[in-house]
Amino acid sequence: MENEKRSFFKDFKKYLPLLQNLAGKDFKIKYRRSVLGVAWSILNPLLTMLVLTLVFGFMFGIRDYPNVADFACFYIVGAAMWNFFSEATSGSMTSVLAASSLIKKVYIPKYIFPLEKCLFALINFAFSLIAVAIVMAIRFKHIEIGVTLVMLPLPVLYCLLFAVGLSLMLSAVSVFFRDIIHLYGVILTLWMYLTTLIYPLSMIETRINYDSKIQVLALNLIKYNPMSVYINTFRDVVLNNTWPSLEQHLLCLGYGLVMLLIGSLVFKKLQKKFILYI
Amino acid sequence: MASEYAVELKDIEMHFNMSKEKLQSLKEYLLKFLKRQLAYEDFIALNGVTLNIEKGDVFGIVGLNGSGKSTLLKIISGILTPTKGSVVTRGVIAPLIELGAGFDLELTARENIYLNGSVLGFSKAYMDEHFQEIVDFSEMQDFLDTPMKNYSSGMIARIGFAIATMTVPDILIVDEILAVGDFKFQEKCEARINEMMNNGQTTVIVVSHSMGQIERLCRHCAWLEHGNLKMVGDTETVCNAYKSAY
Repeated sequence: MENEKRSFFKDFKKYLPLLQNLAGKDFKIKYRRSVLGVAWSILNPLLTMLVLTLVFGFMFGIRDYPNVADFACFYIVGAAMWNFFSEATSGSMTSVLAASSLIKKVYIPKYIFPLEKCLFALINFAFSLIAVAIVMAIRFKHIEIGVTLVMLPLPVLYCLLFAVGLSLMLSAVSVFFRDIIHLYGVILTLWMYLTTLIYPLSMIETRINYDSKIQVLALNLIKYNPMSVYINTFRDVVLNNTWPSLEQHLLCLGYGLVMLLIGSLVFKKLQKKFILYI
Repeated sequence: MASEYAVELKDIEMHFNMSKEKLQSLKEYLLKFLKRQLAYEDFIALNGVTLNIEKGDVFGIVGLNGSGKSTLLKIISGILTPTKGSVVTRGVIAPLIELGAGFDLELTARENIYLNGSVLGFSKAYMDEHFQEIVDFSEMQDFLDTPMKNYSSGMIARIGFAIATMTVPDILIVDEILAVGDFKFQEKCEARINEMMNNGQTTVIVVSHSMGQIERLCRHCAWLEHGNLKMVGDTETVCNAYKSAY
């Protein structure tokens, strides 16, 4: 059947300009009519960082733990990646539904829509890296900046694989069960607290009771949560001048590829029925 | 020879699950499921339609509202996958199913032309090349940098038509769109379609309720009734039968 022959990625090249145009459109619309415009992409992470440094760095004393050389840097590097992930997945989740008017009228490979939201989040991530650079420049005495910075794209790429996979899955499932749209916000909050974003793993490790099975389980959950792995690898490279170990690489890549595979399969299976439900 | 056909449809069946209400949450679904109230009505929009459209033909589809015309067009253009049957299309399809699909009204016409071009799968370089042509045809020079939310529906349709017909596609699908625009623009659109038909390369598929338009444009016609193909043949025979039936 002709329509089935249109394989998942065959049209990709043809629709690359569409991907660019849609992301560009999102970007234009996001900042249209705001006075500071694109500057918000940099200002926002900076301001959030200030608030959280005040609350967690000082009031909760997280800056005193090992591996947190400097809380401002510690947080903003992690937050850049976390925000990329949460923006990409929650944006993608409604992307197919939002494009319903288009999907009903023109043939477009549908994976373009979640992919575009991931691309858009990636662009915003690039801007937030400017904020990261600013904070690192100010606090350079407290951190170790070194040659491992050349590895920076790698954890981002791993995280991108994971985010695209989850995005494909969420965007497809949300067409049939819109409850997910409401639920995912809560899941993201829980996920964030199970990620070493505002606290280091060492804080948990020094505090828990190793006889309690539940606490050990929670530790492992935090330790092996994909986002923790990505963020810690990212920090190693950017802040600690540490080369990630082979196991770290494999774990990152493994999570990314497995999620991408699951997401693609789910999306491929469900996409034919999209039009009947949107 | 089979390859002379631009579109080959074989035993197309299209079913829709029409649940009596639209259930959009898990809770609703579970409740209904437990109460065994999940009533689906199997609606057959198309029932065993077999149709071959020759290359270079201008093909009209007539039928009352709800007879399955638009569903058929959506299957041909690849938007819908039929429940049963096979579709073979040869060549690039330009759907005119609804003009201005994919316009973002927050953006200006200039931005939208590029966006819409990419929706149809054209590269940026290609759009650069044809940009002026689109603007000239739509006669919207003065409003290019106005956000399209300030446009009238006729103005939007002009730009949509200009983009969709800028290239010479192998298959052009026209669904009730010539009704928008003032009469002058309608004439211009018909002239454009005529031009395409006469080059012998483009296959045009037209759905319209304007019998005049169908009779003027089409060479062959199909008549759909309640999802069944009632008649296929040359325009005059089919149109006369169709008109005398109601």
